[in-house]
Amino acid sequence: MTSQRVHFYQVGSFAVGNRLLDEDERTVQAHSDRTNSIDSGHRACQGCGEALGARYALDAAMRATNGQIVAVNATGCLEVFSTPYPETSWRIPWLHSLFGNAPAVATGVAAALRAKGQKDVRVVAQAGDGGTVDIGFGCLSGMFERNDDVLFICYDNEGYMNTGVQRSAATPPAARTATTEAVGPEPGNTFGQGKDLPRIAMAHNIPYVATATVADLHDLERKVERAMEFRGARYLHILVPCPLGWGSASAETILIARLAQESGMFPVFEAEHGVVTSVSHIRRPVPVEQYLSRQRRFAHLFGANPRPDIVAHLQSMAEENIARYGLLQPEMERSS
Amino acid sequence: MFQVRIHGRGGQGVVTAAEILSVAAFDEGRHAQAFPSFGSERTGAPVVSFCRFDDRVIRTREPVMEPDAVIIQDVTLIHQVDLFSGLSPDGYVLINTSNSFSDLGFGDFFDQYHTERLMTCPATDIALEHLGRPLPNAALLGGFAALTGEIAWDSIDKAVREHFAGPVGERNAAAVRAAFDYVASKVKEVARASTN
Amino acid sequence: MLRQIEGSKAIAETVALCRPEVVCAYPISPQTHIIEAVGAMVKAGTLAPCEFINVESEFAAMSVAIGASATGARAYTATASQGLLFMMEAVYNAAGLGLPIVMTLANRAIGAPINIWNDHSDAMAVRDSGWIQLFAETNQEASDLHVQAFRLAEELSVPVMVCVDGFILTHAVEGVDLLDQSFVDSFLPPYEPRQMLDTKAPVSIGAMVGPEAFEEVRYLAHLRQLDALERIPEIAREFFESTGRESGGLVRPYRTEDAETVVVAMGSVLGTIKDAVDARRDLGERVGVLGVTSFRPFPSDAVRDALAHARQVVVIEKAFSIGAGGVLSTDIAIAIHHEQTLLRTVVAGLGGRAITQRSLEKVLDHASRDELAALTFLDLDQGAVDRERARMHATRRSGPSAENLLRDRSAVSPRAHA
Ligand SMILES: Cc1ncc(C[n+]2csc(CCOP(=O)(O)OP(=O)(O)O)c2C)c(N)n1
Ligand code: SF4
Ligand SMILES: [Mg+2]
Repeated sequence: MTSQRVHFYQVGSFAVGNRLLDEDERTVQAHSDRTNSIDSGHRACQGCGEALGARYALDAAMRATNGQIVAVNATGCLEVFSTPYPETSWRIPWLHSLFGNAPAVATGVAAALRAKGQKDVRVVAQAGDGGTVDIGFGCLSGMFERNDDVLFICYDNEGYMNTGVQRSAATPPAARTATTEAVGPEPGNTFGQGKDLPRIAMAHNIPYVATATVADLHDLERKVERAMEFRGARYLHILVPCPLGWGSASAETILIARLAQESGMFPVFEAEHGVVTSVSHIRRPVPVEQYLSRQRRFAHLFGANPRPDIVAHLQSMAEENIARYGLLQPEMERSS
Repeated sequence: MFQVRIHGRGGQGVVTAAEILSVAAFDEGRHAQAFPSFGSERTGAPVVSFCRFDDRVIRTREPVMEPDAVIIQDVTLIHQVDLFSGLSPDGYVLINTSNSFSDLGFGDFFDQYHTERLMTCPATDIALEHLGRPLPNAALLGGFAALTGEIAWDSIDKAVREHFAGPVGERNAAAVRAAFDYVASKVKEVARASTN
Repeated sequence: MLRQIEGSKAIAETVALCRPEVVCAYPISPQTHIIEAVGAMVKAGTLAPCEFINVESEFAAMSVAIGASATGARAYTATASQGLLFMMEAVYNAAGLGLPIVMTLANRAIGAPINIWNDHSDAMAVRDSGWIQLFAETNQEASDLHVQAFRLAEELSVPVMVCVDGFILTHAVEGVDLLDQSFVDSFLPPYEPRQMLDTKAPVSIGAMVGPEAFEEVRYLAHLRQLDALERIPEIAREFFESTGRESGGLVRPYRTEDAETVVVAMGSVLGTIKDAVDARRDLGERVGVLGVTSFRPFPSDAVRDALAHARQVVVIEKAFSIGAGGVLSTDIAIAIHHEQTLLRTVVAGLGGRAITQRSLEKVLDHASRDELAALTFLDLDQGAVDRERARMHATRRSGPSAENLLRDRSAVSPRAHA
């Protein structure tokens, strides 16, 4: 299977010409009868990638299950901005328990549904990167290992945004956060740390693991739908830029997500039973600098006292990704 | 004790404004306390901050419920949030808008108040001119100094330069001065009109 | 130096003056500004040598502190609310092992319903853990207490929690006179551990203890807290002699000498209560305040002495034991144990509800006329509660109560809190 089933039309803004596709190839979001699982009126920042990612993912899951979804949410931005006093944006059954226990709570929901014989109702658990790779990791690994019938979605904005942008184990090296300030000889987050959760998930041999970004709506929705074809533990890791925490323009969320993928900083792929089955190839390779320089969290690498050494280090990490997953188009690999 | 409540939206520097005001009062040798309304608001959501200063030690920890002055950083909050609750008829109001106070559609709400204490100031325009960014908070403090006379302009100036170091401090200080002059001249205008 | 500074920053700078060697951090509002500021100092190299570790959970934060402390390092962390509960098992463990860790608790309510605002439920949830718990009234005291806390902890080999009202203190910008390094260095000698992982003198720490000695181990911990009852006022006095500041100690009486009614409370609300008491004094009422600074160990004798002449004691608490009543009140009742004194509990400020002087004066007014019930909830919207009870009575599927109450309250006073 290829992740670029649809060859869409590109304009300078990277927008996708949905109108030009056949009706049945259009995205869930393109249909006026989409479910609006997370409805308008929530309080996310302008250009919040997480709000966008959740909207795409859950509406796709709703379509894949005929509207039979129960969602469990960890504490974090998504939880806070979607349930503003005294309202809620959720039009699906939704439960927030704690920051660190969403995978286990979801297991409980799945178990109850099984006990009641409700096979058609499916469970989606969702958390930020902090709730996934850090505090929720123990419960998540347990849920994977038991192969519980839960789709777990991580909205990765590479930091603890809800509490004011602190470092998580998903924060990239050199990024400034409130607990990795851009001061001292090695400004920002430390190199050589951090977790690659998609690969850790694969090591659990669960039926389905995939990564995606909010830049490619078709790919994201397709992966949600694919995930719903499996029973057992599934993991979807979505890169969701955060204008507030990354110091990026609200209007550039999609562009930045695309640059993350096209630079090799964020590999987009899917795997079944621990084996990679497809990758999204880089169509227009860009140096990491183009991705980094649009974000204030990397501002200390540029400007008056530039740090080309650190940029080069990040570039080499991107190249490792490119090599590991074979991210370049085969014809490009030939020509380069 | 003089108590100020500042209303604005997340991202406009509402909390910073209260902090700077408290530092200015502190620099004048007074006791001062500034604190936010403690929400988990995102960018753009209504937020409130408070500042009180006094010649005596301040012990209270209650939010400012009966302000002597209200500063409104975002005019779109009018009719959305209860901005003037607890404001005494002797109180001051400073609103960030290029409209005049009487154009804001308050009806007879302020009939009992002193007209020369109700002012608007185009702080966003001033900020755009001096900072190049629509951050009205520092400028409004200059306006506040002119309107109330409770804090000297140069204390605000000093506190702003302390808070924003370097050229950003310079530019904010220029915005403070411009807003101070603007409001001071408006206050004079009103005073002249009422003595005529 | 006296500075107009945010409470969290003042605490962070004071912690840095204490030269911690290992600081572990996990973000949670309203504690974040403290650890962020410490982290920035370590990153910039101004606090050195010090390891600043961004851990993956509070459980790890306290566990890292345990490992560091057992290896002879001065260890510090900070948390609040959910974070304290998440580290609970390690909190008990640190005390059980007798490791002198200092932790700032930026007091915050506990969910569900999730709430980031201030009350004392988190501190009360660990009151039996064996930690010393000191409550700060102002940011000046919050800062000063940290120096005293390290001294106390290391002298007695008991961990100390400095409780600071979340947001109300942590996010308030006010004047704080920060200590200087030479004073702190003289007041707080280097950490000399009683037990330590040392290759030159290997010991086993944390072995299982069965019925034959467990009670003795626990009783010993109790005795160490009783030692703290002696040392806390001594350390505070010594601190006062050098700085002229009355930070710390066991209890702090205010206008209690001839008071018929004494209000007892902990933390930052004492300031507002003092204003209310002054106002009632002006009306001729004989009222006073007793601030409890040391909640664990609980200073029963000092409390009894301070309340000996009061006819009525009104305990204002930012927490309560659901299904029972006041928590601090229970300790006060045991301390005063006499039937003649009227003991009243007022639960106030839960989940950050503002405690206003006006409401406090109303309480004092009722108290002066002996009209205060044994247990009341300040500014409770009884109507909203009654309506939800009625809904629950009327339908089985009445839905989540927290959400129903929110909708009910916001319908009555739209956007009152916006
Ligand atoms: C046990 C516990 N510790 C800390 C917190 C505070 N907390 C709430 S959300 C959050 C950060 C969330 O980060 P992430 O999971 O990445 O989600 P994001 O807000 O970035 O979307 C933290 C630290 C908490 N609620 N519970
Ligand atoms: S802080 Fe970031 S993740 Fe949170 S709502 Fe704002 S943009 Fe979204
Ligand atoms: Mg995150």
